[in-house]
Amino acid sequence: MISRLEVQQTNKMIQENNLDVRTITMGISLIDCIDSDIKKLNDKVYDKITKNAESLVSTGNDIERELGIPIVNKRISVTPISLIAASCQNSSYVSIAKTLDKAAKEVGVNFIGGYSALIQKGSTKSDINLVRSIPEALSETQRVCSSVNVGSSKNGINMNAVKKMGEIIKEMAFMTKSEQSIACAKFVVFCNAVGDNPFMAGAFHGIEERETVINVGVSGPGVVKRALKSVRGADFETLCETIKKTAFKITRVGQLVAQEASKRLGVPFGIIDLSLAPTPAVGDSIAEIFNEMGLEQAGAPGTTAALAILNDNVKKGGVMASSYVGGLSGAFIPVSEDHGMIEAVKMGALTLEKLEAMTCVCSVGLDMLAIPGSVSAETISGIIADEMAIGMINNKTTAVRIIPVIGKEVGDTVEFGGLLGYAPIMPVNKFSCDAFIKRGGRIPAPIHSFKN
Amino acid sequence: MKGIITVIGKDKVGIIAKVCTYLADEKINILDISQTIVNGYFNMMMIVDISGTSDKFENITSGLESLASEIGVDIRLQNEDIFNCMHRI
Repeated sequence: MISRLEVQQTNKMIQENNLDVRTITMGISLIDCIDSDIKKLNDKVYDKITKNAESLVSTGNDIERELGIPIVNKRISVTPISLIAASCQNSSYVSIAKTLDKAAKEVGVNFIGGYSALIQKGSTKSDINLVRSIPEALSETQRVCSSVNVGSSKNGINMNAVKKMGEIIKEMAFMTKSEQSIACAKFVVFCNAVGDNPFMAGAFHGIEERETVINVGVSGPGVVKRALKSVRGADFETLCETIKKTAFKITRVGQLVAQEASKRLGVPFGIIDLSLAPTPAVGDSIAEIFNEMGLEQAGAPGTTAALAILNDNVKKGGVMASSYVGGLSGAFIPVSEDHGMIEAVKMGALTLEKLEAMTCVCSVGLDMLAIPGSVSAETISGIIADEMAIGMINNKTTAVRIIPVIGKEVGDTVEFGGLLGYAPIMPVNKFSCDAFIKRGGRIPAPIHSFKN
Repeated sequence: MKGIITVIGKDKVGIIAKVCTYLADEKINILDISQTIVNGYFNMMMIVDISGTSDKFENITSGLESLASEIGVDIRLQNEDIFNCMHRI
C-alpha cells in the first residue's frame, strides 16, 4: 500500500518543483487527404484534424484533474506538408498553413507542427514551393510551426538548403518585425530530424508512422534540481544515481498519462520523449541544475561535462520506465525559455560558442537564441551549417531555432511572452563566412554512414 | 477506482468529521486513514474507493475544493495510479 511519505513526495514534486507533463501531442497522418485540387485538399485536412483531435484537449484536461498533475500543452503534429501538397498545381501552400491554423483553433490546441520539408539530400518542386512559402505562412498564422530537415548522418548536408534557411529566417524576421520577429520562434532547422518528436516547434508526423498516434513529452528540471540538492557535495556516482532515479519517477508519470490518453482517445500510444524541458519560471531551469552540480553559472568551464552527465542519466533512468522511448529524449537547452540561461547570458558567462559546444551532448541544439537583427543571412547559414555538422558527425539530432530580432542589438532584451520567455540579444562572431556558404551543393555523407 | 485524499492545514476541530461526512454523502468508502499532527499542522492521507459513487470525478474534486475553503485547509483527491506508477514497479 502507498505510504503517506510517498504521496507527499509525489505531491511535493508537483506543487513545489513544477513537475508536469509538458505535452500530449497527437500525430495525424494526412496522406489520405492528398488531392490535386488545393481547395479539396484543405477541406479534407481540416475535417481529418478536427475529427481526430476533437476531444484531445478535454481528455487531457480530464486526466490532469484525475491524476492531479498539470498537462501543460495539448498539440498536434501532421505529415510534412511538402509531401501532402506535392500533387497540387499551386506554387504557394500558404492556404494549407491557414487551414492548419484554423483546425488548431477549432480543437483548442496551442500549436500544430508539420508545415515541413525533408530535404537533407535534395528538394522536389513541392519542397521548394513549401520552403519559399514558410515566411509568409508563419507570419500569417499564429499556431502553425514549421521545420526543415537539411542534413542527416546517412545523407550528408544539403548546403543549398542551408543557404536558403539563412535567407528565409531573415525574411520571416522582417515580416514579423513589429512582433519581435516572432515567426522565427516557430521555425526549426534540423539535422537527423525524428518523426515522433512531440515537442514544438519541430514536431511532425513522420511518414513511417501509423494513421494517428499519441506521443507524450515529460519534463521536470525542478525535480532533478531538488533531488540534487539533497546530495550536495557527494561524488559523481551518487550524482548520476540520483538523476537516474529521479528521471525514472518522472518518466513513469509520463507513461501513465500516455497510456490513459491513448486508452481514452482510442489512439495508439507511440512514444515517451524523455526530455527535461525548462520554462521561464524560477525553479524550472536546466541552468539551475548546473548550479546545483557545482557550477557558478551555466557556461562556466565544466558545463559541457555537466550537461553530458545530465543527458545520459536522464536517458538511463527513463528508458526502463517506459515501454517505448523516442522523440528527442534528453535535456533541452533553450535560452529564452530558461531563466538561469538568460541570467548566464546577461552576465557574460554563456556565449554562443559555448552553447554550440553544449549541443554536442544535449538532446537537440541551439534553441531560442536571440541575435541582432543586423546579422546577415549568410552568417545565420554559417551557424546552421556548424550545428548540422555536429549532428551529422555525431549521429544525433541537432537543430537551430534562432531569432534575428529586427531593430535590436547586443545589450537589448526581447520579450516573446508565455512559455517562449524573454532573451538578451547575444553577440555573434563578426567575421564573414559568405564565400563558404555561397559555394552551394551538398556535403557528402560522412564515412561512418557506410555500414552495410 | 481507488483514490488518495490528502488533507493538509492548520489543525482545528472537526476536520476529519467534515471530510468523512462529505465522503459518506457521496457514497465514497474509506479504506485506510493515516494522520499526524506536527507543530500544529494537520496532515492526513486517506485511501478511498470511489467506484460506489454515481457522481463524476470532477464534481467530487470540486465538492472537496469548496469543503477545503470552508474548513480552511488544503484537500486534494487524486487517482491512486499516479502514486503507484511512481513508487512501485
